[in-house]
Amino acid sequence: MKLRHLTDTFFRYLFLVAGVSAIGILFSIFIMLAINGLQTFADVSIAQFILSAQWNPSAFGEPSYGILALVASTFMVTVGAMIIAVPLGIGTAAYISEIAPSYIRETLKPVVEILAGIPSVVVGFFGIVFLGPLIADMFNLTSGLNALNGSILLAVMALPTIVSVSEDALRSVPKEFKEASYALGVNRWLTLIKITLPAASSGIVAAVMLGVGRAIGETMTVLMATGNALQMPGSFFDSVRTMTANIAIELGEVPFGTTHYYGLFAVGLVLFLMSLAVNITSEHFTKKYRWTRK
Amino acid sequence: MDSKVKKRQLQQYIGFGILGACALFVVIILFIILYDIAVKGISTISWSFLSEPPRAGMTEGGILPAIIGTFFVTIITAVFSVPIGVGAAIYLSEYAQEGWLTRWIRASIRNLAGVPSIVYGLFGVALFVNTMSLGASILSAGLTLGLLTLPWIITTAEEAFQTVPKAYREGSLALGATPWQTIRRNVLPYAFPGILTGAILGISRAAGETAPILFTGVAFFLPQLPGSLTDQFMALPYHLYIMSTQHHAIEAVRPLAYGTALVLIILVFLLNLTAIILRYRLRKKYVR
Repeated sequence: MKLRHLTDTFFRYLFLVAGVSAIGILFSIFIMLAINGLQTFADVSIAQFILSAQWNPSAFGEPSYGILALVASTFMVTVGAMIIAVPLGIGTAAYISEIAPSYIRETLKPVVEILAGIPSVVVGFFGIVFLGPLIADMFNLTSGLNALNGSILLAVMALPTIVSVSEDALRSVPKEFKEASYALGVNRWLTLIKITLPAASSGIVAAVMLGVGRAIGETMTVLMATGNALQMPGSFFDSVRTMTANIAIELGEVPFGTTHYYGLFAVGLVLFLMSLAVNITSEHFTKKYRWTRK
Repeated sequence: MDSKVKKRQLQQYIGFGILGACALFVVIILFIILYDIAVKGISTISWSFLSEPPRAGMTEGGILPAIIGTFFVTIITAVFSVPIGVGAAIYLSEYAQEGWLTRWIRASIRNLAGVPSIVYGLFGVALFVNTMSLGASILSAGLTLGLLTLPWIITTAEEAFQTVPKAYREGSLALGATPWQTIRRNVLPYAFPGILTGAILGISRAAGETAPILFTGVAFFLPQLPGSLTDQFMALPYHLYIMSTQHHAIEAVRPLAYGTALVLIILVFLLNLTAIILRYRLRKKYVR
């Protein structure tokens, strides 16, 4: 075998290793979280971990490790964010792909990209210095750091994903669908509502799921803007602590190898599995809309 | 009949108006965020703010160590994630055949992109800081950020490879070149602008991340600059977090926090701008 063929084989395997490393990293993350996280259950029953709303690892005598309040908080800010971001994001995507003249489209796209590029810590800072006082003023609260603030900021964080993926889905609807509708004398608005949006619906669901994934996993914005009180959330004006924020707050102060340390990995494991589920759902819907594409 | 048409026209008018309002609202959100931070941050920024370390319990002085720290950790991120990411992209684009392995690799990449950043932080603590005994250091943090950036680098690099016309490969292969010779001489040069743009964009995202470095090496305050890979470091995003939530005199240091936020935004935008300009220039150079 000539040298150049040997070189070729060498590089082929080198690149194969790089490709396979992606699988390796995903599995290592899962295994590392599981190995550390599952050690929590040497001290804590799984039922207590899932069903108890009391997360109080540093309580003297009887520490408790229940993630229900953390999960409920994450759920609440995510739902709040989606109530804002889904209509706004789909509306913007529809405007960009179907209505806007090209020069407006060319300005809106960078706007969405810039919004996506703002670091989450800056968005969180904005929540503290601008949105927080605004919310406190509007609703006569002592503090504006609550679930509402977090929801609005998470909506801002999720918007670019929802807009760009929805826009892609809308644009992948075959032209013939619209042309057939126009040929029957249907105007642009009804064509958009009755033909284009339904045809793109699975792609739009995929976009929303990706947005949900961003909202669930976002750490800094919620850490800075929601007040982080450990409690079952009652309303959007309550201070909440999400799973991500809880890890960020407590990991720095726990000694290595304690139940508390493992408990945080267990929270991370739950978070990982949730994001995996959201991603797989999104992928399922993406496949559907890729299939409609010619 | 006529009134029905008119009604439909009105309907369309209102519908388009609502969608336009959505888009306008997104623009307004971006404008308010940038405007608030730019207006309140600009008065803080001066040469001494950029070139001095924090003083007097971080109530005065500048952010130099944070800028330098972010710079170094970003370089480690790039050194780690770009070669592996581009390698994986070459495999997927040039060698891989459809099959279970390729499907698994692609599915893993997509799922890695959705893993929360704080989970990367946990992984970094468990693997780099504790298991590999690298400690909380600039190396651990850089590697953690590298893992986070990897799926982005692979995806953008693969897109860059896909834009290279098939004929470039076929011409080379037909002359008897091996796949690697073809990639090196006929594919990589043309994909290079796209790879570089994707890499810089990925790096700029890493530079703004906070959660993954929280426990893998970033420090509250260090008077001196990091001297080795095992030192801790200050970083701009973390400095902003500290100055806006953890400082003992939060209201007093608000101007410093605004200044830090503005510097961070400008840094990220400059990186983005560099990427766009490089893409434009290199494309002109290579593709006629």
